[in-house]
Amino acid sequence: MNPHVPSPRPTGPAPRTAPVSARPPAVLSLRGVSQSFGAVRALVDVDLDVHAREVVAVVGDNGAGKSTLVGVMSGVTVPDSGEVMLEGVPVQLGSPAVARQLGIATVFQDLALCADLDVVENLFLGHEVRRGPVLDEIAMEREAWRLLAQLAARVPSVRVPVATLSGGQRQAVAIARALLGEPRVVILDEPTAALGVTQTAEVLNLVERLRDRGHGVVLVSHNMADVQAVADRVVVLRRGRLNGDFDADTARYEDIIAAITGASPALSGGSRAAQPRHPRGETS
Amino acid sequence: MSSHGLAGTLTAPGGAAQRPAGGTSSWRHGGAPWGAGGQRELGALPVVVALIVLALVFQAFNSNFLSPDNLVNLTMQSATTGVVALGIVLVLLVGQIDLSVGAVSGLAAAVVAVGSVQQGWPLAVAVGAAVVLGAAVGALYGVMFTRLGVPSFVITLAGLLVALGLQVRVLGSTGSINLPYESWLVRFSQQTFLHPVASYALVAGVVLAYAGSRVVEKQRRESAELAAASVGTIVVRSAVLLVVLLAPVAYLNLNRGVGAMFAVFLGLVAGTDLLLRRTRWGRSVRAIGSNVDSARRAGLAVRRVYVSCFMACAALAALGGVLSAGRLAAANQGTGGSDLNLTAIAAAVIGGTSLFGGRGSAWSALLGVLVIHSIASGLTLLNLDSSIRYIVTGVVLALAVTIDSLGRRRRTGVAPR
Repeated sequence: MNPHVPSPRPTGPAPRTAPVSARPPAVLSLRGVSQSFGAVRALVDVDLDVHAREVVAVVGDNGAGKSTLVGVMSGVTVPDSGEVMLEGVPVQLGSPAVARQLGIATVFQDLALCADLDVVENLFLGHEVRRGPVLDEIAMEREAWRLLAQLAARVPSVRVPVATLSGGQRQAVAIARALLGEPRVVILDEPTAALGVTQTAEVLNLVERLRDRGHGVVLVSHNMADVQAVADRVVVLRRGRLNGDFDADTARYEDIIAAITGASPALSGGSRAAQPRHPRGETS
Repeated sequence: MSSHGLAGTLTAPGGAAQRPAGGTSSWRHGGAPWGAGGQRELGALPVVVALIVLALVFQAFNSNFLSPDNLVNLTMQSATTGVVALGIVLVLLVGQIDLSVGAVSGLAAAVVAVGSVQQGWPLAVAVGAAVVLGAAVGALYGVMFTRLGVPSFVITLAGLLVALGLQVRVLGSTGSINLPYESWLVRFSQQTFLHPVASYALVAGVVLAYAGSRVVEKQRRESAELAAASVGTIVVRSAVLLVVLLAPVAYLNLNRGVGAMFAVFLGLVAGTDLLLRRTRWGRSVRAIGSNVDSARRAGLAVRRVYVSCFMACAALAALGGVLSAGRLAAANQGTGGSDLNLTAIAAAVIGGTSLFGGRGSAWSALLGVLVIHSIASGLTLLNLDSSIRYIVTGVVLALAVTIDSLGRRRRTGVAPR
């Protein structure tokens, strides 16, 4: 236990980052982030590291603080306390635009697409390419095909309104839009929540493509099947606190569920009892 | 590497299905005209069909309907309403409404008449003042809507009453002011027609510009390795455009020809269409009408776009009022009154612009206004009074809105809004 940490809780960064010190510093790190809404403590002293080429799943029950965490990382919410660091440098994410500029792209659950606009128009909305005063449709269309091809997304045409696309295809469009600024971290908020089996598989493929492309990916979900399919690491939130940090390859499903629900193993030894049993680095 | 990889990945997994040559690109981006797929939007098709049906029916009852003389009159009547309807298209595209366009156009007509006749302003100054006044009214609506959150329905309804009161006040005790017949505004609106040679030159110029821009676009698309329209398609489409433009122009030239006012209206529609489709502002307009939250999160200047649309709408309404004052050579308390408001809004919707925002085109102002004035003209030729005209126009409007709503329901069946 580090002496400089005042509270009796187990220290966040030290035990977790120490074994992986050989890796480059995390692209995105949260340190001691807390956020309250009135009397509700949505996040309490949360630490999180996201590395390049890594899919970190954030799981938790309803009201565990997942959405607030997404808000903090995407710049929508400025936390009451705590620090956000990009490649070790503390940053202020004052607004979603700032977060985007710094290389954190967020695909929100509602995707924020305009259904009447076509794929190219949606991809470049607010960032249109122009030739003189008029839009350069050809450059935008070409870039749209390139991005969608990189994601291996099957879209019938980039010139159909988004309203005519399936849920999975729309997710692909939203993710492609997130990639426009070549972000370092992509945050996906419940990307499969409204999708069927096939489309979920499509989206999970997209997530893997993102990782292969070198992005750090934060996948917020409450679907354990999705998480186990693509995540490298599973971080559990419970009542606003970190309640476990598992290696996805070795963690047992029951342990993660126990950490989510607060059942037996997590109850005995404080909020992070599960963690020491699965320290990162032992398995990787 | 990127372009190579692009071609490779796209053609590998069923690339032909992903990018059939021109088929799935929309016509304005070098693909097939009017959308190739059956599931695409109906677009302008229902209106065009309605126009043809109306023409055939009225022609069957009265052979004067399709006479060049009547069609020239039809275009002249359409121009003033059309300019107002064009403004309505803009506010409808951002999902709002302006109920005061009739009153604002009446106020503008009164300003022109009083300014030029009673106050002795130069006519150009009076016309400019009227249009600027319209834009100011629109700016006020826009600010009230964006800053104070007053629904546009209510704020423009209030504006209607205010403008109506101002119109009566400006006109003063006489209630009616005649414009001199020799003033250029009256001559322009009533008697100025494009010289046949000029009209044909204009048609040729438009078709050449169209074909030229298509060829350039085709070359650029090909060098960008994108599906491009074939030369044959461009030729056929240019030929169709030539026929569509040339036939009516030649027919109108049998009589007085293409009215200058109507030509101005067409120019405004074409210009607005280009702004909407080819500029960042136009894209913002459609995005905001489609989903304002998404547009805001994409970083668009939502408020400014709203204000610009309200301003353009009211300014166009004022311009329509000025033109109608010229056409009638008078401004009175009835100018812009009675049914202009509803006719202009109906025209925009009948022409295919959605009441729910996000979908529509500047051309819907032209198509819709032609439908409405065809009905009016046809029924007048049949000696039927305005009661029937209101009823028929109302039924057509109901039909148009139903098509709009059904289309919206079909698409929102899959769209999370």
